[in-house]
Amino acid sequence: MRGPSELSRIADCLRLDVINMTSEAGSGHPGGSLSAADLMAALYFRVMKHRPSDPSWDGRDRFVLSKGHVAPVLYAALAEAGYFPRSELPKLRKMGSMLQGHPVRGKVPGVEMSTGSLGQGLSMACGIALAAKMDGKGHRTFCLLGDGELQSGQNWEAAMFAAHYKLSNLVAVVDRNRLQIVGCTEEAMALEPLADKFTAFGWETVRVDGHDMDALVKALEKPLGKERPRCIIMDTVKGKGVSFMENQAGFHGRACNQDERKCAVDELKEAIE
Amino acid sequence: MTERLVQRNYYGKALAELARTRKDVVVLDADLADSTKTSEFRKVAPERFVEVGIAEQNMIGVASGLAASGKTVFASTFAVFATGRCWEQIRLSVAYPKLNVKIVATHCGISVGEDGASHQALEDISLMRSLPNVAVVSPADAHQAYAATFEIADREGPCYMRMGRSEVPVITGEGDGFEIGKAYVVSDGSDVTLFGTGQMVHGCIEAAKILGSKSISAQVVNVSTIKPMDVGAVLKAAKSTGCAVTAEEHSVIGGLGSAVAECLVEGYPVPMERVGTMDTFGESGTPRQLFEKYGLTPKDIAAAAERAVARKSRD
Repeated sequence: MRGPSELSRIADCLRLDVINMTSEAGSGHPGGSLSAADLMAALYFRVMKHRPSDPSWDGRDRFVLSKGHVAPVLYAALAEAGYFPRSELPKLRKMGSMLQGHPVRGKVPGVEMSTGSLGQGLSMACGIALAAKMDGKGHRTFCLLGDGELQSGQNWEAAMFAAHYKLSNLVAVVDRNRLQIVGCTEEAMALEPLADKFTAFGWETVRVDGHDMDALVKALEKPLGKERPRCIIMDTVKGKGVSFMENQAGFHGRACNQDERKCAVDELKEAIE
Repeated sequence: MTERLVQRNYYGKALAELARTRKDVVVLDADLADSTKTSEFRKVAPERFVEVGIAEQNMIGVASGLAASGKTVFASTFAVFATGRCWEQIRLSVAYPKLNVKIVATHCGISVGEDGASHQALEDISLMRSLPNVAVVSPADAHQAYAATFEIADREGPCYMRMGRSEVPVITGEGDGFEIGKAYVVSDGSDVTLFGTGQMVHGCIEAAKILGSKSISAQVVNVSTIKPMDVGAVLKAAKSTGCAVTAEEHSVIGGLGSAVAECLVEGYPVPMERVGTMDTFGESGTPRQLFEKYGLTPKDIAAAAERAVARKSRD
């Protein structure tokens, strides 16, 4: 079992892939990919039960990327885990590539649902978790939500649903990086007190530093209860791991140019070594 | 007197049957189970019935997750909400990944009546037809609604089926069955083809009688699947009669009229007239009053047919 420091190293490798993939594509969403990299490393390299060689293995834990624009970090994790060759990664967003700008079910081994239009993934995850409960299956469903997308009402329909149907096999993780395209979430449309909101909706709510791998893994591995779905709000830094990208809303939907790419790659390589 | 039956009751009957025979079927509803008749499924298999509350967007997302887990999912509510409120959810989570979700709506069209325009879906065919991978089924009567329910359950992939609120005349036999993608010739004629869908097929049959009294021989075709359109049948009919009328309880924009027009313009252009609501909302009233005001009666179809026939020599 991989420990926190190894997982953190993997996270930085995923970050490096994200920078290279999005720069190669000339577009994409690096900021939110970097803030979620630690979570992706924890899920795919320690927490989730899954078989990269058998993506449709019935017993696998499911992962739904509601914030579909951070597809690059999902693709990087899937490739690193062995779902498909790493040679696919530089094809991101290019004509004919299976690595579409946003994830597509059935196109990429390991991608469970098609996402990209925000606010929909939690509903999908509810359906998957409900099916598991109906069939008495033990797998868990993880769903990564952006914080900005929680401004969308469908999430709260889903939040009500998950609690009502006691989907204790469902874990929602909120990437609380506090930035959306227009700027700070609290200025655009305030979300706080976010944990209170999920608690009021009937969820077990945990708040954690999303870059403290030890704490993150503990939160993810805490045994599930029997009644309530769990929401892990992870406080993160958008652009985490690349100094000039951190806390910059501008890198939400813009790739590094060649100079920036070189700096970012140097920083990340140094962190990895 | 033609027998009249409520389509959604037969949808409910079919669902109850599926509850017994198909363990993979799960049914979702958004607070309207007693109206859509999914309550019949709930009676037999409550453990596979999911009430989602008044939350259609979430309903579609949950449906997609269930379908991704191997379930055959029926999601029902009124047509306005089933297609309009959650169109983009259907687009992304059902249509794009071709998931096995059947959106079955009741209370389509202007015959919803007294509830008024907010509840009268006159755009649902248009909305669903524009989505890739989604079949659009519009049964003409209760027997077709019953048979179609089993057919869409057996057909892998997304489907939209629409039915009305009130009872509609029975025009097919109980054991006639239903084939998705097939247009049925109801009666032959040589001067004009009346293409109808839903309860308007009965209107076409009545219109054919009116036309017969004026020595115009009308063929009636039941277009019970709007997508995939039975292009062969449409072109064959147009070739044999030389002009066409479409009749639908839906806007003339984007529905049956548009679908048939697309076929004919590309394959065999003939004079054509459309009967439907003319780019307008409905209002409160009895179905009969509304059909008269909005030009959906057999008389209106017959008048359209006469115009089409007249254009044959002129055009």
